[in-house]
Amino acid sequence: MRRFSSVPFSGTQEQEQQLTSWLEQHKDMPGAAMPALQKAQEIYGYLPIEVQRMVAEGLGKPLAEIYGISTFYSQFSLCPKGAYKISVCLGTACYVKGSGKIYEKLQEMLNITGGECTADGKFSLDACRCIGACGLAPVMTINDDVYGRLTGDELEEILSRY
Amino acid sequence: MEMVNLKINNIPCQAPAGSTILEAAHAAGIEIPTLCYLKEINEIGACRICVVEVKGARALATACVYPVAEGMEVFTNTPKVQAARKTNLELVLSTHNQDCLACARSGDCELQRLCREYGVDKTNAFEGEMPERSVDDSAAHMTRDNSKCILCRRCVAACAKNQGVGVINALERGFETHIGCAFEAPLAESTCISCGQCIVVCPTGALHEKDDTGKVWDALNDPRKHVIVQTAPSVRATLGECFGLPIGANVEGKMVAALRRLGFDGVFDTDFAADMTIMEEANEFLHRVKEGGVLPMITSCSPGWVKYCETFHPDFIPNLSSCKSPQQMFGALSKTYYAEKMGLDPAEIFCVSIMPCTAKKFEVGREDQSAAGEGVPDVDVALTTRELASMIRRAGLRFADLPDEAFDPAMGEASGAGHIFGATGGVMEAALRTAVETLTGESLAKLDFTEVRGTEGVKEATYEAAGLTVRVCVVSGTANAGKVLDAVRAGEKQYDFIEVMACPGGCVNGGGQPTQPASVRNFVDLKALRAKALYDEDAGMGLRKSHENPLVKKVYAEYLGEPGSEKAHHILHTSYVVRERQF
Ligand code: SF4
Ligand code: SF4
Ligand code: SF4
Ligand code: FES
Ligand code: FES
Repeated sequence: MRRFSSVPFSGTQEQEQQLTSWLEQHKDMPGAAMPALQKAQEIYGYLPIEVQRMVAEGLGKPLAEIYGISTFYSQFSLCPKGAYKISVCLGTACYVKGSGKIYEKLQEMLNITGGECTADGKFSLDACRCIGACGLAPVMTINDDVYGRLTGDELEEILSRY
Repeated sequence: MEMVNLKINNIPCQAPAGSTILEAAHAAGIEIPTLCYLKEINEIGACRICVVEVKGARALATACVYPVAEGMEVFTNTPKVQAARKTNLELVLSTHNQDCLACARSGDCELQRLCREYGVDKTNAFEGEMPERSVDDSAAHMTRDNSKCILCRRCVAACAKNQGVGVINALERGFETHIGCAFEAPLAESTCISCGQCIVVCPTGALHEKDDTGKVWDALNDPRKHVIVQTAPSVRATLGECFGLPIGANVEGKMVAALRRLGFDGVFDTDFAADMTIMEEANEFLHRVKEGGVLPMITSCSPGWVKYCETFHPDFIPNLSSCKSPQQMFGALSKTYYAEKMGLDPAEIFCVSIMPCTAKKFEVGREDQSAAGEGVPDVDVALTTRELASMIRRAGLRFADLPDEAFDPAMGEASGAGHIFGATGGVMEAALRTAVETLTGESLAKLDFTEVRGTEGVKEATYEAAGLTVRVCVVSGTANAGKVLDAVRAGEKQYDFIEVMACPGGCVNGGGQPTQPASVRNFVDLKALRAKALYDEDAGMGLRKSHENPLVKKVYAEYLGEPGSEKAHHILHTSYVVRERQF
């Protein structure tokens, strides 16, 4: 069962304005829900309940339908990204070298599941496909920094740098 | 109508252009199994149980959505078709919690029946991971057990399209797909109006009402309790279906006999309270008209509708009649008038209602429904028609062999107007019979207001009486109600009196009524057949107007005074709340 972001919502007036005017213009278009959610994610970066409510209201659709779409397509994220985005490669080379374990350990350390963000908004965690650094497997990135040949023991120390 | 010629299993036949293979086969006497398909509301071709061979087509075709064509040759029963259907069932079973022995729908489950019909002989043809079991039993009226769900989405369609609520949906994707509310909210915190329309369309045991029969057995076995029962108008028109009688059989007499044998101390008729409702409602309506009160007045008998109004159209709360529903009026009178008459302490009386409706389970727990005082609810337990059937079975009563018996007189006498409350248009017709005679002071020459009869979702009529024009509208299915309210709000429609029943077709098609498989629902007009039983009963009666019911007159003369009196208000009227729309 999915867990939800505990990061407080911090949308601005301008963002809301932007979204509601888009919804106003497109509300009668058939199949508007999908592009509406794309637009909303473009504006807010993710789709928390507050934003999904705006979309549902704006299109005159039930929230359950909007939520159903937002959880069907993997392009949509219900959690914000952290200030530091951790991404663990689960591509074949990395996986064979144990990146699955690294991913699990990070979930434990940060007390979140993959796709989520810590409550203080600092770290978010995602899995990704091969990033072309197989020679360094297993690999993770934190924003633009790349860490390779991970064993798991150094994770504590790496996170403490941020 | 343009017809096309085709052959089904080598037999030539004709079907209207644009119809589906499923419909053409049905007309030709061949049943093709369906799981996801529900006519008009769920034509998604998802489950593939209905596959057939079409000559010249490469793949098997889904008969529920595949249109017929001139010269088409269809085969519904080839080895390939049988094998495909069986495999599809085995795939469903691979993620299904198969505890049929302890399942609410065992015996009338569509999945179980198809497995038997298609010779599924292994329950584990495909083994693998099972989805996590999640059960939502937060709501007062129903339970959802996703481990029994086959993801046909019939519930989603009924909730969104017929009811205009759309509180449930398929969430996530692939192996994780499941039915739930937005953000996994529990049903009790959602905008669910408790109508139970999702339950009656569910083919499996995934959705079922909260089983409250245990509370009733306990009360029946408690010597300190005086246990009485009331049966809603429409239950007599449907209960027989649970015992193999034809759809539309009126089993009032056997139902009464069964209840007596279950041990109830009084077996009464909600229809009497329906007559009381008409007295209060007609009075309230005429009062509103004369005093310039809020119009249109809208009926309040259907708790699913009331919850819908409170949740989605709170600006119309002042339009709702303040009358309690017949169920609650009955309960309130049982713990006041009847208690006094019988010399009983209201707290000793245990009032059970047999209802076509799951929202009635929600209604018994509403605020402002305790005429005899705090802590003494008007009605203690509301059971559905299905739950009554299960009690009758457990008690070992051979229903079809029971004699016909009559309700107990203390609160058992009802008019034909009370009986027709169970069908869309019935409350309006009953109210008109009384309101028009009250206005004109004359006897109506013709009692049938046929304009408001029939199963259409929205009906309109205009009547004149004593110089007054009354524009009425009759609506069933809350999606239709939403549209009518939007039109009234926008000033596009003007009415004086609106009847709304939450379920399409009214109580005869309520969420607590016997389930019928899709093979019946898709091809038989359940609503019309069941309603006919009620209109036939009304037509055959001498007493057809609520205000002529001697029992009603007696209750006013001995206890309440006039309709709309202060005492009547205290006991028979209620209030409403604005509901949050969180999920
Ligand atoms: S839903 Fe049907 S098949 Fe599944 S356990 Fe219940 S009775 Fe058996
Ligand atoms: S009870 Fe009615 S409103 Fe609630 S989920 Fe079922 S169909 Fe929807
Ligand atoms: S709950 Fe019932 S009706 Fe809804 S998708 Fe599951 S099996 Fe179908
Ligand atoms: S598999 Fe991880 S970088 Fe290629
Ligand atoms: S695909 Fe035809 S009934 Fe489901």
